[in-house]
Order: sequence, then C-alpha cells, then structure tokens
Amino acid sequence: MNDGVNGVALAVFIFFFIAVTVMGFLAARWRRAESDSLDEWGLGGRSFGTWVTWFLLGGDLYTAYTFVAVPAAIYAAGAAGFFAVPYTILVYPLIFTFLPRLWSVSHKHGYVTTSDFVRGRFGSKGLSLAVAITGILATMPYIALQLVGIQAVLDVMGVGGGEDTNWFIKDLPLLIAFGVLAAYTYSSGLRAPALIAFVKDTLIYIVIAVAIIYIPIKLGGFDEIFQAANEKFSATNEATGKPVGALVPGDAGTWTYATLALGSALALFMYPHSITATLSSRSRDVIRRNTTILPLYSLMLGLLALLGFMAIAAGVKVENGQLAIPQLFEDMFPDWFTGVAFAAIGIGALVPAAIMSIAAANLFTRNIYRDFIRPDATPAQETKVSKLVSLLVKVGALAFVLTMDKTVAINFQLLGGIWILQTMPALVGGLFTRWFHRWALLAGWAVGMIYGTVAAYGVASPTQAHFGGSSKEIPGIGEIGYIGLTAFVLNVVVTVVLTFVLKALKAPEGIDETSPEDYTADAGDKGVKVELPTMGAGSGH
Amino acid sequence: MPDAPEVSPPVVTPVRVVIALCLVAPFVAMLWVSSYAKADPTFIGIPFFYWYQMLWVLISTVLTMIAYQLWQRDQRARKALRDSQDLSERASR
Repeated sequence: MNDGVNGVALAVFIFFFIAVTVMGFLAARWRRAESDSLDEWGLGGRSFGTWVTWFLLGGDLYTAYTFVAVPAAIYAAGAAGFFAVPYTILVYPLIFTFLPRLWSVSHKHGYVTTSDFVRGRFGSKGLSLAVAITGILATMPYIALQLVGIQAVLDVMGVGGGEDTNWFIKDLPLLIAFGVLAAYTYSSGLRAPALIAFVKDTLIYIVIAVAIIYIPIKLGGFDEIFQAANEKFSATNEATGKPVGALVPGDAGTWTYATLALGSALALFMYPHSITATLSSRSRDVIRRNTTILPLYSLMLGLLALLGFMAIAAGVKVENGQLAIPQLFEDMFPDWFTGVAFAAIGIGALVPAAIMSIAAANLFTRNIYRDFIRPDATPAQETKVSKLVSLLVKVGALAFVLTMDKTVAINFQLLGGIWILQTMPALVGGLFTRWFHRWALLAGWAVGMIYGTVAAYGVASPTQAHFGGSSKEIPGIGEIGYIGLTAFVLNVVVTVVLTFVLKALKAPEGIDETSPEDYTADAGDKGVKVELPTMGAGSGH
Repeated sequence: MPDAPEVSPPVVTPVRVVIALCLVAPFVAMLWVSSYAKADPTFIGIPFFYWYQMLWVLISTVLTMIAYQLWQRDQRARKALRDSQDLSERASR
C-alpha cells in the first residue's frame, strides 16, 4: 500500500484542501449579523434556506466515515452492510413528522440544543443534563472516526508513513489538517462547514457518478462484479465454519437487518450535530421541503455501497477493510482523478467534524456551563466558551485517535449510537406530549444506557472479545437484533410504567414553559419574529 | 392564542390519513425484509435485493413529496378558515 507517494493525486488533494481552507476563513463574513450571541456562531444566525440546509445536512450526515465504512462492510460481509440504505430511507418520514415541531418550539424560546428543549419542557435540569452528556459522549468518538477517514486516504496516498516511521512524521499531515479545521471553526462557526459543504458534496457527486459508470465498464459489467462477489462470499470462514458473507440475507439475518435499519434511523436525528444543522434553517418549511430532496443522498449512498462489490471484483486485497475503497479508487482511476476522489473523502471528514464539535460545544455551554456553573453568563460569554470548547473537543478526538487503537474509536461510536437512541423518549416524546413524567424519563434513560452498554460489551467477534458487533439476541423473542433498539424498547417500557406510578404518587411534574401553539409556530406568524435578536441568554429559564 | 377559533376543523381528516399512509408505507416495505431478500430477478446484473431497495429510495421520495404537498394545502386551508373567522369575529364586535 505504501509503495511510494502518489505525487499527482497528492497535489490535487492539497489544492482542494487549500481551497476549502480559504473558504472556511472567508465564511465568517458570509451573511454576518452584528451580534455576539451563540445563535450567530453556533447556528449560523438561524438563517439558512432550503439549499444551504440541504448541503449542510447532507455534508453532516453522510460523513467521510460513512463513505469508507459502508462499502467496507459490503466488501467484508455483503448484504448485511446494505442496511444503511433502508436506514436512510426511513429517516425522512421521521424528520417530516417531528423536526418541524422541534424547530418551532426552539425558535419561539431560543433553544440552541435538544437539552435546552428538554429542560424547558420538563422543568428538569437533571434530565437535561443526562441528554447533554449523552450527546457529548456519543459525538466525541464520531469526530474521532472522521479522523480515521482522513487517515485511510492519507495512508493510501502514501503520506501516512509506514508503521516504522517516527510517529510525529506519520501523523503530521493529520495534525495539519486538524489544526486548520480547528482554526476556521473557531473563527467562522457553523458558517464554515455550511460553505465548505458545497465543495464537498459537489466533489462527492462527481466522484460517485464517475465511479458507478467507469468502474463497472472496466470490470465487465455488474454480472461479472456480482459473480466475483458471490464466489468470495460462499467461501467458508475457517474460524466459524460458516460462509464469510452473503449476497442476500438469509432467514436468520432479516431481524438483524430490519432492527439495525430502524434503530439507526431513530438514532440519527437524536445526534446533536443533526439537530444543530436543522435548527440553523430559516423556517419550518425549509425542513419539510428538505425531506423531499435529501433522499438524493440515500441514492448516492446505495451506489456507493455497490463499490464494495466492485472492490472485490477488482481484486483489491487489503488487511484493513477501511482501506478497500480508497485502494479501489487508486487502482482504477487516473492519478489526477484519484486526487479528486481523495479530496472528496478528506473534505467529507472536515465538514461533519466541524459541525459535531460545534454541536458538542453548544451542549456544554448551554446545559452544563450556563445551567450549573455560570447561570448569569451573557450571550457573548456563552459564545466565547462555546468556541473554546469546540477546540477542546477536537483536541480530545485527536488525542483519542493518536493514542488509542482505531478499534476503540469504532467501539465507542457503536456504543454512541446505542446511547443516543436512549434520549429519544424525552426529546420526541416531549415534542408530542407532556404525559411522561420527568423522573420516569430519567429512569428509562438510565436503564437503556446500562442495558445497551452491558449487552454491547458482551458481544464477541472472531477478532474481539468485547464490543464485537452491535446486534445480539433480543430477550423474549430469540432473534438476533440491534442492541440499541432493544435498549430503547426497555427504556420506553420503564418510562411508561414509572410515569403511571409517579402520577399515582403525585410526584411534582415540573413546570412546562412551552404552550401547545409553540409547536406549530412558523417564522412570520403572530408573535414569532422572523429574525431573532439576541436570544442567547435569558430566554430559557 | 386569545382569539382561538370557535369552530375548529376535525384533527383527523381523509387528507391527513393519506399523509400518514404516505409516511408509514416506507416502514412497512423496508422492515419486511423477507419480502425482498432474494437474488432474482436481477436488473442489469444487480440482484433484486439491491435494486429493489434503491428503487424504494425513489418511491419514498415521491411519497414524501405527496405528503408535503397535501400538508401544505391542508395548512393553507386551515389558515384561511381561521382568518375568515377572525374577520367575522372582529366585524361582530
């Protein structure tokens, strides 16, 4: 793999990287309002229209790691990895149903994070803290994985250095990339990734369009590709005595497939970075309109997944499955286009990493710093803290990747998905009803977190004793299913039962500062200002 | 809202049922995995399992678009009704 540096590809890669860096810094002046509030830095002034939101959400949700990991899963095991497609299909009807409500209530009360909403709705700082901590914990490894995506590209280009190179030289390119990212996120806030997302997605679409036409022609058509894949998957795995993979999931695999798709779809919009991108949109309508154009990304993801089969047919042999797709590109494309493809993946890591660090920083500032440390913080102070924390979060993720094994990041990301799903009853439940009791929600959350963590710890794989995968036998049903979804069901059961108990005991319900019409308010309606002035502080008590 | 309309249209209407169906259909189709876990018929060499799910990306997009259009119309109609009630209320004062 590391047989020399691919000079042409590297030059093209560096060109694009410098271009987006300049854009990142210039973004600070884009649609700038004269205000120091967290709305400006952390939500781009809540001003983004349909197209900016589309690029931002697309750039946010379909990360470099997705581009590397989804085809890598297909390359390794076949059909099971394709669950990403039904997963992204199911996301949009869900968004359509609940996100406009979250947008409205957040706009009305100046909420910046999901925890802001939970505190306002249930009058519970404890529940809001639980949601905030879950969000931060789930986001950190996700940022780390973006680095893994950049590393894969650098490795294949030959600039990652071999295992025997000095660690500093080896990691220098990654350090530079991250330093630059941190600097423009600090100065421009959410506007930087929003602007860079245009470049990222344009590059990605070009690369996918070319790859999906050019590579099959070179390999002799899809018939040949799937034949080669079939041969590979019917071979027997010596460790387990079962076939290594399958082109079509067998009867035993259907539960796993369906629960993974559903669980992941439910979890996606609980992630702080998805919410940040959503709340930055200008109106309620922008979100609904986006659910009709965002599926274009799902189509792209499906095509991308097929690249995993192409890697098999092209005879790509890599120890680390994550390198399969970068290697396929290098083998198949002329050098200059390899550079374009790698730039697409590299920039594809920067956009979500920026949004994720902003989202995590907002959670810390609003729901830990302001709620527990400095209740009287001014909007300007909030913004300052958020900026600093966004730096810290990135340094943390970098340290994580450099000091620990890559599998640790992957394990944590897997856990993160399970954890973040446990905030759903409080958030989505809260958007539609005030029936749930705040303490019951907290207890349900705790049960879901504990069950999910313990169950995931107990999953062994041929290569790992713990955290070997994300699915396990569902208690009572006996089929293999996604742990996150099982934990979620437990969570809901506990929440419902305890709500009945607590209501019978007349436990204090907490004050709800929202009213029913807040959930349907739109920009321009009576009592809702089109442009929010400084709503940073003093709005969400 | 202090001037809430006295007569409000029902919460469940035929249009809203259609919207709900549009949004639920992808879940039924995608979670019923055994309905599409097969290799044949293939399309330009791609097994059924894969092209069928990709086709559903398009189908679900169309369904969401329909839901969006119907919802817009529903909201506009309700708003018009509210406004006319507001007006008649003011006129009667």
